[in-house]
Amino acid sequence: MIRAVALGLVSLVVTLIVASVLVFAAMQVLPGDPAQVMLGVNAQPDTLAALRAELGLDQPAVARYLAWISGFLAGDLGMSHTYGVPVAELVGERLAVSLPLAVLALALSAAVGLPLGMWAAARRGGFVDRAVLFFTQLGIAVPNFWLAMLLVLVFAVTWRWLPPGGFPGWEAGAGAGVRALVLPAVALAVPQGAILAQVMRQSLIDTLHQDFVRTARAKGLTRGEALRRHALRNAIIPVLSVMGLQFPFLLAGTIIVENVFFLPGLGRLILQAVNQRDLIVVQGVVMLLVASVAAVNFAVNIAYALVDPRLRRPA
Amino acid sequence: MIGWRVTRRGAALTVAGALFFCGLIVSGQAFAQRADVTIGVRLEPPHLDPTAGAAAAIGEITYANIFEGLTRIDRNGAVAPGLAERWDVSDDGLTYTFHVRAGVSFHDGSPFDAGDARFSLERAIAADSVNPQKVLLEPIEKVEVVDAHTLKVTLKRPTPQLPFVLGLPALAIVGEETAENNRANPNGTGPFRFARWMKGDRIDLARNDRYWGHKPALSRATFRVIDDPTAAYAALMAGNIDAYTNFPAPESLPQFEADPRFDVVIGRTEGKTVLAINNAKKPLDDIRVRRAIAHAIDRKAIIDGALYGHGEPIGSHYAPQNPGYVDLTGRYPHDPEAARALLKEAGVSDLRLRLVLPPPSYARRAGEIVAGQLRDVGIATDIVQVEWAQWLTEVFRDKQYDLSIVAHVEPNDLDIYARDDYYFNYHNAEYRALYAELSAEQDGEKRLALLRRLQEKLADDAVNGFLFLLPKIGVWDAKLHGLWENAPIPANDLTEVRWEY
Repeated sequence: MIRAVALGLVSLVVTLIVASVLVFAAMQVLPGDPAQVMLGVNAQPDTLAALRAELGLDQPAVARYLAWISGFLAGDLGMSHTYGVPVAELVGERLAVSLPLAVLALALSAAVGLPLGMWAAARRGGFVDRAVLFFTQLGIAVPNFWLAMLLVLVFAVTWRWLPPGGFPGWEAGAGAGVRALVLPAVALAVPQGAILAQVMRQSLIDTLHQDFVRTARAKGLTRGEALRRHALRNAIIPVLSVMGLQFPFLLAGTIIVENVFFLPGLGRLILQAVNQRDLIVVQGVVMLLVASVAAVNFAVNIAYALVDPRLRRPA
Repeated sequence: MIGWRVTRRGAALTVAGALFFCGLIVSGQAFAQRADVTIGVRLEPPHLDPTAGAAAAIGEITYANIFEGLTRIDRNGAVAPGLAERWDVSDDGLTYTFHVRAGVSFHDGSPFDAGDARFSLERAIAADSVNPQKVLLEPIEKVEVVDAHTLKVTLKRPTPQLPFVLGLPALAIVGEETAENNRANPNGTGPFRFARWMKGDRIDLARNDRYWGHKPALSRATFRVIDDPTAAYAALMAGNIDAYTNFPAPESLPQFEADPRFDVVIGRTEGKTVLAINNAKKPLDDIRVRRAIAHAIDRKAIIDGALYGHGEPIGSHYAPQNPGYVDLTGRYPHDPEAARALLKEAGVSDLRLRLVLPPPSYARRAGEIVAGQLRDVGIATDIVQVEWAQWLTEVFRDKQYDLSIVAHVEPNDLDIYARDDYYFNYHNAEYRALYAELSAEQDGEKRLALLRRLQEKLADDAVNGFLFLLPKIGVWDAKLHGLWENAPIPANDLTEVRWEY
């Protein structure tokens, strides 16, 4: 267990170092000059040079990388070129939207997807199973921006139950904040929940065919008891992996949904920063996402060990 | 049978989840008293200091609301008094004396006087200035404070444009102590003060109760950032925003026009949209080839296709609402036959050009149509779509392009054709001489004549393909009054905005 944790930590650090070099290098080859973007078409060469010096862009790339990474290690993500505020502050503001949204979407997809998957597996081949398969297939196939637009038209424009987008901020009250996140969370949760339901169903069906389940049944357990006590525990591992992969996606891969709902989240921050060539923000946010993916993978591995006693012992 | 238990549990969880979310849904909207307005804007400003950034989005929030200049540009593009209540010009046109208002204070309570005006101008022309309009201030020789309410500006040469230039967003008057903090916490003299900025979502302004001039009817104003046209449509329809002053999707206008809750107001911007031509590249340096391109262009088809008919054709680099405008759209009428003949005469065949298109939908759509029109006369194009940042370096700075489509939104910018290093690569001594004559001419009639000759020269030389004037499409609540119909500069001046039931 300890060895697994140690190995996991080492690979986490190596991943972060490699990622930092890649991210920085990618930002260097991206065409476009941050100073020109900020000052526009009437800017004179001396004005541009003055701004480049102010932003530290006149330094060689290696020096800038070292300055960035050493600041990063000391917990300083740098100052945004365009906003002129610390990157950490920007990211913090955006996380206050993106993190609750991702958690809400994940909770919603699990709360609906997992029971549906179990239900379908228990009724394999029956009407319920076929209905679940049909609707989850539909849920996966529907593009989430289209679903998002549909939700807005129905719940915000026609019925006016919920705001069509935007985020009032948590200081406007938890209720107002959650109200603003309901539709985006549903739009994100539908495809994710559909995937979870299918994975849950398939995994449970596979497990139900294994010998130990048959043995449990032979011991006199009812089908339900065998399913709950024995099959479910084993079937949940692939589901956990999928959820582990979904979370970073929900955190960062939501650019489109954030655009439809004009939410001030991380996805839109990245998009905006790339357009403005606010390189330091792009670097900081991408690193943060890499770190969160690596950390979630790490946590999922630990979770496996907790669920599956065989993985607890060192090989 | 056992499956039944799982079923029930599953169903219970599903229903519980659904109920939880329904419980959060509370309908109802506040329609109480209206002294507030919410305006949708497409782009979020990078910061709120108009003296340190070119982004139009900065002016769209701060201009005339938070910051004021010595002069101001009104809704029709005319120069009006701002913090200077009047100004005198010496007979030789070299000295401007501005009489600045008394009893004006900044939002932080510090008083404003001529010293702040001098500080602001000197900061804009300083060597390390990052002011985006620094180039327009080049004629200024020196700025002196005569007394607390008198400012003297001495010029190197007569510059009748000066009062207009001083009214631009970038020439806002700032306080010396707070100038460096204006990006995040703008401190101006305007009728609204900055209240809050939720990055990525909204910027709130509140009425400045100590304002020196006429108090605005609104007590609060919120600008919300809504980039996506579909989202902007939904936000207007749902009543989430009251106005979207520069609506980017002309294709959804019929729905607003059919809805009595909304006013759709089509006005003018200063956006002269051109098919930019790299005049230095062979064979585009040949005037016959450029004239062939001019003949190939069918402006009506472009305006119908790219702007759903909302846009005015232009024949030179000059907006129809400005003094001295001449309609030159007939100079090279749409005539594919003539275009082919000119290309033949120039000995050009198998011409293949690189057409670089920036992101706005007017450019992308017009680009496809222009490509088709050029194909009709035998010019093939490779369309390359780029982001703004890439356009600025590759096209604007490095001039790596043959053709591009972009709207030039700066008002009165005939000077760009007289610059040494501009991306059109139009180096024409005759035009420069004419422009120099205009810059120094103070007589109104003679200025108008020169303006006409400049427009004609650009049209004759077919420097660029002159396409259309970009419309300003405003959609707002029919009960909301006082917003600008036109956009002589990028601004959402809220001073006269009010609700009328």
